[in-house]
Amino acid sequence: MSTRLAKGGRLINRSAPVEFSFNGKRLKGYQGDTLAAGLLANDQMLVGRSFKYHRPRGIVASGPEEPNALVNLGQGARLEPNQRITTTELFDGLEATSQNHWPSLEFDVGVVNNYAARFMPAGFYYKTFIHPRPAWKHIFEPFIRRAAGLGKAPTEGDADRYEQAYAFCDVLVVGAGVAGLKAAKAAADAGKRVILLEQTPVLGGRAPVDDTEVDGKPVEAWISALESDLAARDNVTIRTRTCGFGVYDHGYVLADERVADHTPGDGRPKHRLWRIRAGRIVTATGAIERPLSFAGNDIPGVMLAAAVRDYVVNYAVSPGDRTVVVTNNDSAYQTALALKAAGLDVPAILDAREVADGALPQAARAAGIRVLTGKAIASVKGRKRVTGVAVCAQAGEGAVQEEIACEAVAMSGGWSPVVHLWSHCGGKLTWDETLSAFIPDPSRPPLNHDGSAMVEVVGSAAGDLTLTGTPVTIPPVWVMPQGAPIQLRSKMWLDYQNDVKVSDVQLASREGYVSVEHTKRYTTLGMATDQGKLSNINGLAVLADSLGQEIPQVGTTTFRPPYTPVTIGALAGESRGDIFQPLRRTPMHAAHEKAGAYFEPVGLWRRPYCFPRAGETHEQAVHREVLNTRASLGLLDASTLGKIIVKGPDAGKFLDMLYTGVMSTLPIGKCRYGLMCNEQGFLSDDGVVARIDEDTWLCHTTSGGADRIHAWMEDWLQCEWWDWQVYTANVTEQYAQVAVVGPNARKLLQVLGGMDVSKEALPFMQWADGTLAGFPVRVYRISFSGELSYEIAVPASHGAAFWQACTQAGKALGAMPYGTEALHIMRAEKGFIMIGDETDGTVIPQDLGLDWAISKKKADYLGKRGQERSFLASPDRWKLVGFDTLDGSVVPDGAYIIADGVNGNGQRNVQGRVTSTYHSPTLKRGIAMGLLKHGPTRMGEIVEFNTAAGGTVKARVRDTIFFDKDGEKQNV
Amino acid sequence: MLILTCPCCGVMADETELSPGYEAHLKRFGPGSTPEEFEAYMFARKNPKGVHFERWRHTYGCGKWFLAARCTATLEVFGTYPAQVSEPPADIIARIQARRPDWKADWQPDGKAPK
Repeated sequence: MSTRLAKGGRLINRSAPVEFSFNGKRLKGYQGDTLAAGLLANDQMLVGRSFKYHRPRGIVASGPEEPNALVNLGQGARLEPNQRITTTELFDGLEATSQNHWPSLEFDVGVVNNYAARFMPAGFYYKTFIHPRPAWKHIFEPFIRRAAGLGKAPTEGDADRYEQAYAFCDVLVVGAGVAGLKAAKAAADAGKRVILLEQTPVLGGRAPVDDTEVDGKPVEAWISALESDLAARDNVTIRTRTCGFGVYDHGYVLADERVADHTPGDGRPKHRLWRIRAGRIVTATGAIERPLSFAGNDIPGVMLAAAVRDYVVNYAVSPGDRTVVVTNNDSAYQTALALKAAGLDVPAILDAREVADGALPQAARAAGIRVLTGKAIASVKGRKRVTGVAVCAQAGEGAVQEEIACEAVAMSGGWSPVVHLWSHCGGKLTWDETLSAFIPDPSRPPLNHDGSAMVEVVGSAAGDLTLTGTPVTIPPVWVMPQGAPIQLRSKMWLDYQNDVKVSDVQLASREGYVSVEHTKRYTTLGMATDQGKLSNINGLAVLADSLGQEIPQVGTTTFRPPYTPVTIGALAGESRGDIFQPLRRTPMHAAHEKAGAYFEPVGLWRRPYCFPRAGETHEQAVHREVLNTRASLGLLDASTLGKIIVKGPDAGKFLDMLYTGVMSTLPIGKCRYGLMCNEQGFLSDDGVVARIDEDTWLCHTTSGGADRIHAWMEDWLQCEWWDWQVYTANVTEQYAQVAVVGPNARKLLQVLGGMDVSKEALPFMQWADGTLAGFPVRVYRISFSGELSYEIAVPASHGAAFWQACTQAGKALGAMPYGTEALHIMRAEKGFIMIGDETDGTVIPQDLGLDWAISKKKADYLGKRGQERSFLASPDRWKLVGFDTLDGSVVPDGAYIIADGVNGNGQRNVQGRVTSTYHSPTLKRGIAMGLLKHGPTRMGEIVEFNTAAGGTVKARVRDTIFFDKDGEKQNV
Repeated sequence: MLILTCPCCGVMADETELSPGYEAHLKRFGPGSTPEEFEAYMFARKNPKGVHFERWRHTYGCGKWFLAARCTATLEVFGTYPAQVSEPPADIIARIQARRPDWKADWQPDGKAPK
């Protein structure tokens, strides 16, 4: 059994015991433990079940490469699934539960998959569940999703706070092992601003476990001396518990600081996401030990050799009284010696090499450890924990020569340099024959903006692997034993988390998968949350061998950020709830809130949708607002309407290019409706343009379109017609605008007083400057409702007061505020189009019967050439018409107009679709506009709209003006 | 997350300050152009792996459009320059040729080499 040793443990504080629980069991550990160390100290070898076969799984590693030991951490609003216990710091009160099992960790029904493993090879789901097609959606997928999967997503909002911060430096060093500390010191000595990141809570990396001396000094003393030296410098920032997880363009690095994971609820943000811009990046990210592929290498108790010595040396945790070491290199001998030094038994070291006579093997023999060379593990004995190993010759097919009883197996298949950060932004790799590993190729680095190398790799991450001062050599041992038959190969795990075995990769190769990227997706090798940190190189080697190719020829899969999983909370930062995104409020917003407005988002604006009164539904409120505006007086906050001033000697010429109509001839004091198209000819925006003076025009745009259209104008002025003398200014937020609409509109303005707004003084489609109730105003007599209507602009600072003046004075005239929905209904009753309803980026003005707004005389305007394309000029296009439903009902939003027959996919043919559909309170029935093939020539015809329920709605084709066809209401 | 220097205000701008604007040095074809010319103007983009000329706008800065010459494969930036030109300035060309001896100028829609 695994247990806590009586003495030792360089990272734990025995005077600070902590209590924690695992699956409800109360356990004891020490401050400084990881959760993994704490569980092993309590003999909790079994920590989870595997993804596909539900096999019992234990802790394999001691760092972020751990594939098995994922748990649910915390509960309720602090529940986090898939937390790696090898990087989770233990704290008092920690609650963890295991995942992916049912009903319990010890007894899991899903394990039947294990016995059926022979019938669940690579690509099993693809092969098995393809027929019958509907069964995938209704039977297979829901079942598989329940049975498989990792942790469960929390159901409550996250109780914790996350924040983001920016940092800048000349040199960013990622990883504070010996190589990283040296690099940081060198950069700091050169006067650079340095940031040093370390993912664990302590500096020094593996050195205190693996080495005795650095530069002739005792290792721990060397580290602490350098740490205090660096910490004292003004130009150095050290951040522990901070994982640099992604390298992006031009020295941009993201790092996740786990500020309060180990002190939950103490008020600090749980994580802090750092956005770092570095002049140069040094990665000192070390190397990760590789497992060996032998039968039963996933049974709890089989661990990486370096992890075993981490647990012994750092946490004084014994993986078992007897540990068999199996290796292809000298580094694992350190584990044997560390176990011996802790008073534990190492029954044998099985070395796949024929000869092992380096300094460490010699030291092991001198310590009395039995070293067997040319040997391999034929199979591991045990189910929920290791009970022994069967030994065979590495060169053979697995004939058992001997069985050795043990509680743990420490394996080392060599080391893989952590090249992820080097590769994220395009750094290339080269295969190193001595190390049997991919290492960074310094001649092909990722580049900075100035063409210099952006990343430099140092230490073991660069392939600089040494043991007791001598370079390491790793002979390739990819399968153990070399000639293992299928019975053994189908029990050799490559990817523990996704349950991919040696036999699966070999099968994929036999089935024709020759690309490593395809094999990865077919077998799911390396696609789990550990991203194949342990499995990729072994899997690659097995694939290369099956294909009869060299490993460099097969290549690697792409390394992508993040290096380790990053919680969504850290990526979201403070952008949640009320401050998820910035809000734009009009100057009258507070008054609308007070009036009980129900708001809707329009871009980043919040506009009143309607102003419901007590007991009213939104629909009832909208209908009341429409009827009141048509009968007496409505007030609309139109401040969000885009307002762009275009000014200069060439402004008229410019607007003639921008709009489909002619704006240069518009007389001063008048207004004209205009359409803007993109270069493909599709309708992009519309609005009323007012000529202010000789060289100034004011262009109104849609509420959502102001910024886009302003940018569009600037694009053409700066990049195409840069010699034209035109200035533009987006003054949308400089003015508040109130639409005074309805039969009593003029009366209200007369009550406010200050300027002549009579029919003669201010006719339709004109504007005038003046004062109303003492406010400086510009009054546009324009109408989007068909009513007598004035849109009154005041400086934004007067907006709230002017709105109040209008509502006050309007009371006696029956004024009510109305919202966007009433606006929409009234414009639809008049057949006015709405950008985004009648248009969707594929509609040209001609489709909407707006030919009158397109100049025939102009040689050019943006979109003219596009509209000349044959398919846009075709008479067969769907064109805008109105519809009266025969039964007075409302056509469903998004409905299509069906045609005879079916298309090639067996779907009903269509001949048009609805674009706007409302219940008209004015007409007391459903009205709709839509695009219909040959529409304008089909007046009076009956067509059918489909409905989601499966039926149809019959409607009669008509013109688009449903109300006051002759415009008598506005012509007063 | 690129860094590009705005030639108008001189700021070394982070990509979050900028808006992309696709390929630079396109020649506009309006009414009277052939379908082939219009198609090339509207839709045919070089999208090269290597040296490329792009339009960018310093949207959250000075608001000016500018042009950038950079390598789409290595992200190296050869230079940025004002948008009010119909071909890249000589110093930008020289820098590209120094860094990419095999590169051939191809930014004009008609494929003509620079003057």
